[in-house]
Amino acid sequence: MANRSPAETDPTASAVASPGAARAPMTPRPFRVLARRQETADTWTLTLEPADGAPAPRFEPGQFNMLYAFGVGEAPISISGDPDADGPLEHTVRAVGPVSTAICRAEPGTELGLRGPFGSSWPLAAAAGRHVVIVAGGLGLAPVRPALLAALARRESLAGLVLLCGGRSPGELLYADQMVGWGQDPRLELGVTVDAAERGWSGHVGVVTTLIGAAPFDPARAVAFVVGPEVMMRFTAQALLDRGIDPADIHLSLERNMKCAVTQCGRCQFGPTFACREGPVMSLAAIGRFFGVREL
Amino acid sequence: MRSIEDLLQEIPTFAGLEPQWLELIAGCGLNRTFAPGEHLAREGDPADTFFVIRHGRVALEIGAPGAGDLMIETLGEGAVVGWSWLFPPHRWSFDARAVEQVRAIVFDGACLRGKCDDDKGLGYELMRRFAAVMLDRLQATRLQLLDVYGKPVAG
Amino acid sequence: MSGAAVTIERDGLDDLIAALKRRGFETIGPTVRDGAIVYAEIDGVGDLPAGWTDEQDGGHYRLRRREDEALFGYAVGPQSWKRWLHPPELTLWRAGRAVDGGLEIETEPDDPPSYAFLGVRSCELHAIAIQDQVLKDGAYPDPFYSARREGAFLVAVNCTVAGGTCFCVSMETGPRAEAGFDLALTEVVEPERHYFVCEAGSERGAELLAELPRAGAGDAELAAAAAGVAAAAADQGRQMDTEGIKELLYDNLEHPRWDEVSERCLTCGNCTMVCPTCFCTTVEDGSDLAGESAERTRRWDSCFTLDFSYVHGGSVRSSARSRYRQWMTHKLATWIDQFGTSGCVGCGRCITWCPVAIDITEEVAAIRADALD
Repeated sequence: MANRSPAETDPTASAVASPGAARAPMTPRPFRVLARRQETADTWTLTLEPADGAPAPRFEPGQFNMLYAFGVGEAPISISGDPDADGPLEHTVRAVGPVSTAICRAEPGTELGLRGPFGSSWPLAAAAGRHVVIVAGGLGLAPVRPALLAALARRESLAGLVLLCGGRSPGELLYADQMVGWGQDPRLELGVTVDAAERGWSGHVGVVTTLIGAAPFDPARAVAFVVGPEVMMRFTAQALLDRGIDPADIHLSLERNMKCAVTQCGRCQFGPTFACREGPVMSLAAIGRFFGVREL
Repeated sequence: MRSIEDLLQEIPTFAGLEPQWLELIAGCGLNRTFAPGEHLAREGDPADTFFVIRHGRVALEIGAPGAGDLMIETLGEGAVVGWSWLFPPHRWSFDARAVEQVRAIVFDGACLRGKCDDDKGLGYELMRRFAAVMLDRLQATRLQLLDVYGKPVAG
Repeated sequence: MSGAAVTIERDGLDDLIAALKRRGFETIGPTVRDGAIVYAEIDGVGDLPAGWTDEQDGGHYRLRRREDEALFGYAVGPQSWKRWLHPPELTLWRAGRAVDGGLEIETEPDDPPSYAFLGVRSCELHAIAIQDQVLKDGAYPDPFYSARREGAFLVAVNCTVAGGTCFCVSMETGPRAEAGFDLALTEVVEPERHYFVCEAGSERGAELLAELPRAGAGDAELAAAAAGVAAAAADQGRQMDTEGIKELLYDNLEHPRWDEVSERCLTCGNCTMVCPTCFCTTVEDGSDLAGESAERTRRWDSCFTLDFSYVHGGSVRSSARSRYRQWMTHKLATWIDQFGTSGCVGCGRCITWCPVAIDITEEVAAIRADALD
């Protein structure tokens, strides 16, 4: 699909996903699990489609759905699939609590509830002619994978594309099989590092910020998408600033407690922003004065 | 092939050093090549040398019984390996192993130490620059310690 | 307002309440119960708190007898109208699971009564308008709030008594009701006469008014009403300087005052329960033992709970300091960026009902007096 103009990427337009959503925004729609693939010891990718046969909603890279496991609860899960492809929605989920564990256990044929998509998106449309630098830590690769796929699809319109991935250990890297392909893809400069490794790992060992200094991009033309644990994003943002990228061009994906995703439960607030609406993707310039404040 | 002195000027750790000191330090260095898997240094050995990597990747490792050799960091082109030559007890605190073929400059730390004692100005400059290297590594190590990607413990 | 002001005698309120009943409204108004002014369903003037007033201060609320029989001679009690418009507990939907794993989810049918609110103060009108913005006028209107709000008949009362913790004048939300009501009453109690100056604020307000025994309001009556409102304005228990308050709080997120106030704050959440604009909620998902049916309920929640900001095995705001700061800076500062107005209407409830008498006006003044550069 060709580049979307900013007008076509109005988040509220794509966010009203179904006729029912506007009437009762808290009521989930049944979605069937089509496929379930294990990524790491505690992470699975589920592919979902509407149980009533209607087309799955379109989404912008960076947006999330609220996924409901029957009788257990709901959790905000980023969409991790290709935003240009019509069809079922991919979600990569880590089992960290009762809801996410129940979601991860859902076998093909099971139905989950889904509300969405919600939230802001990675500003790819504005990245034409720029050098896109993606820095992903741990599970953070999942919410930014849609932006990576979309960037690869419109690579000619970009000045460059760099992907830097950090993980705990080689066994905990996400999408390891796809990463082999990305490493060989001439459209993409890939850097991968782990915090610790056993002998046999021939790649980098060290925190992901150690990859930034030598990464091949022109700071004056760069726009960065950063996602991972908040500590990692803080230090990565600093390393990118040190290399000369403007705070308005450093975009982060923030995570906060969410129950409604429609700016009414009040829980996802971060300073004046609602992570479910102004976020999860926010620029450092927009949130800079709040980002370093402890317990905000 | 470029001289060690020319190379040193491009290494951030040595950038801006006065020419006579660069010449002096370069004079203490020799080019060496390490085969894949060969050790540049071993934990516990006397630390009388340090290295500057010209090409290739070096892994810093610590052997933990039952856990094999854990790679705690890898260093690449332009990186300085080893600071224990400057500080007592002058002993390597980790293994440094060439992951692939590595071309490096080996510096005679023992000799340089003597020269630092004679010329406090040189001593200050080297101390300052190696402290900066350690600071960078310490900060990175602290981040590794946080285990940010680890599974959250339910509160 | 539509039309000129009129006067209704005291007993005319019974006709007003009857007229509302004829129109199918369930009328909620102030009553005395458990030593407080409590909103409840009312049938007539006899249910109103005749001859009562309240004594309010930080962490202090008492009812006292008045020397007259005024029906609205007090400020606001612990509740606000959000109790009816934004119910404390609500079933959102029910779900069933078929044997084959299929889900059916049905939004809970909702058929609330048509409410008429009698005795809505100006600060409360502003609070309702503020909650309208959050819950009804955004991209995802809450159908449960909308069903209760749209069509609610609001009979405002202009305050002639200021509460001990009131600061509506500072927040520019009263004491006189300017808009957002169907009818507005100002009570005048004289030795020989007890009446209300009444104006309509909408067409249906004017229609209802036309059914009541009334007379045109003369200059003396208008002056008496105005004097009562002026007395309330002059007698405010608190005041808050709101000049540049958003930037003041944004610039002082690490002010030592937060440490001081948090040593007193119990994080009990009373302030959020009594505040007429606080809207935060949680949801609970449950199922029956057989695992065949499930439901989700929504409940009022408070930013003072640890659970409120829970993410990844811990709470973002684990200290009391951070939670008090969140509440106050949201109410007075970030709300402005989010919704275009302050979140505070100066009703003073949070001051009165705080068990340790934390006073939001005092906290602002303390930070302002000693602001970090």
